[in-house]
Amino acid sequence: MTAPPIAVAEPIPDTQRSPGPALVFENVAIAFEGRTVLDGVSFQLPRGETKAIFGVTGSGKSTILKLALGLIKPDAGRIWVLGSEVTAMTEEELFDLRRRIGMVFQESALFDSLTVRENVAFRLLEEGDVTEEEVEKPVHEVLSFVELEHTIDLFPSELSGGMRRRVAIARAIITHPEVLLYDSPTGGLDPVTSTTIIELIVKQRDVSKTSALMVTHRLQDAFMMATHYFDTKTGALKELPPGERGEVPMSFLILRDGKIIFDGDLHELAACTDPYIREYIS
Amino acid sequence: MEIISPTEFAKEKIQAVQDFSLLAGRSVSNLFRTPRYLADTIQQADLIGFGSLPIVAGAGFSIGAALALNSANTLQRFGSLSLLGQLVSLGMVRELGPVLTGLMVSGRNASGIASELGSMTVTEQIDAMRALGTDPVKKLVTPRVVSTVIMLFFLTILADLCGLTGGAAFSTLVFGIDWHQYWSTSWQILVFQDVFMGLVKPVLFGFIIASVGCYYGLTAHGGTQGVGRATTQSVVVSSLLIIVVDLFATRLLMTLFAYH
Repeated sequence: MTAPPIAVAEPIPDTQRSPGPALVFENVAIAFEGRTVLDGVSFQLPRGETKAIFGVTGSGKSTILKLALGLIKPDAGRIWVLGSEVTAMTEEELFDLRRRIGMVFQESALFDSLTVRENVAFRLLEEGDVTEEEVEKPVHEVLSFVELEHTIDLFPSELSGGMRRRVAIARAIITHPEVLLYDSPTGGLDPVTSTTIIELIVKQRDVSKTSALMVTHRLQDAFMMATHYFDTKTGALKELPPGERGEVPMSFLILRDGKIIFDGDLHELAACTDPYIREYIS
Repeated sequence: MEIISPTEFAKEKIQAVQDFSLLAGRSVSNLFRTPRYLADTIQQADLIGFGSLPIVAGAGFSIGAALALNSANTLQRFGSLSLLGQLVSLGMVRELGPVLTGLMVSGRNASGIASELGSMTVTEQIDAMRALGTDPVKKLVTPRVVSTVIMLFFLTILADLCGLTGGAAFSTLVFGIDWHQYWSTSWQILVFQDVFMGLVKPVLFGFIIASVGCYYGLTAHGGTQGVGRATTQSVVVSSLLIIVVDLFATRLLMTLFAYH
């Protein structure tokens, strides 16, 4: 496998990253209107790894991402992100932590009254002390990463669904976050556009070594991520030789009835004999 | 329709009051924290203030004229038509100017704020803003509250002036009152307490309009239908609060200034 060399946007050096796992869930439970959604969920996301979360609709996949960001609080349990205990932090403290995390929402959640340029530059401009001219370079870089430089002056309503997701990815990665959270990034998209999005996610994983949680319904997306890598020489996704499949930093987590029923890599998933999981992945 | 127990209903309402109070408190405390979003505040002031100019001026003129017409009838019976300017002046400055402007701006802006923030809430844009490390209360609520308070203050002065002008126009044209006499009596009757009372109220009303609009917008749920519901509720609640707060503020200020 070719080692991914240059990042489009310079990632944070390892020495500046906080030690330990990127994300830890410990006995997390949450219920909405009396219905238990997560019940004693515990898992870890090691640094640099991408973990795909599966489960049927309403199984709490998106809730995990919102809990990790501190957008909602669990009823029980503790959550650590980049060494900080999210569950013990105030909203004000969380704003600082969230600047080190990127999130791609299910429906992109782009600010519809702002142009693509303003959406992508939002975080940089909010961090202050930068002019609109100073953010031009990183905005162009990151839009070039998602191959959407030509849309810079358009509004989100003028973009297709796939383009909106790519802009959302650009907005999430512009500050080189240490953790990325993807909420169904390919949901509702055609297969060709989905592949483009997955290529971008793999590119981000292999180029910037960003830790990521990815909620998805599409098994083929996660399998593609586990069997492919981003070749920086050709600038394209390449399939790993059969003997090396599953050797990329990629793992799978399956939820059922509020509990984790599987957490492991591609080899472990392939070897799993649980009838529900077999049926799920078949 | 789902039937909920009275206890649950009471809990929901108390929770809503608590959430509203916290939001209103944070919108004010954010004034002392950075960043302050001056550009957003100016933009909102333009939307709320300048955008409301025609309706406030038109409504002020009409209500001043109507007040003159109604009062003239009664004053004529006692041969005191010359007091018409004083009556219009006191009525507009102390009561009708602030309340009328508050209600007009509430109908136009509480709904606008609630629908804008409501749409952002249901499309996860508010969550996205929080995820990007920006406090939506600082970025969206505080600028709207500050700009509405400031602009309502000036819009009320304009409404008062337009109301007096409306009264003057009808007093001179219909009842033949001397233009200069009308304006000099209108001016002379006003004392500090009247003007103070008339200018404290728009500050309270501006705060109500923006904070209620923001609260309903940020708590909207249930898609486009939920946004519509939030918009309606914001106008109803802010209008009602303006009238109720006006009553209490009038009583309080009258007691404070020993009015009789």
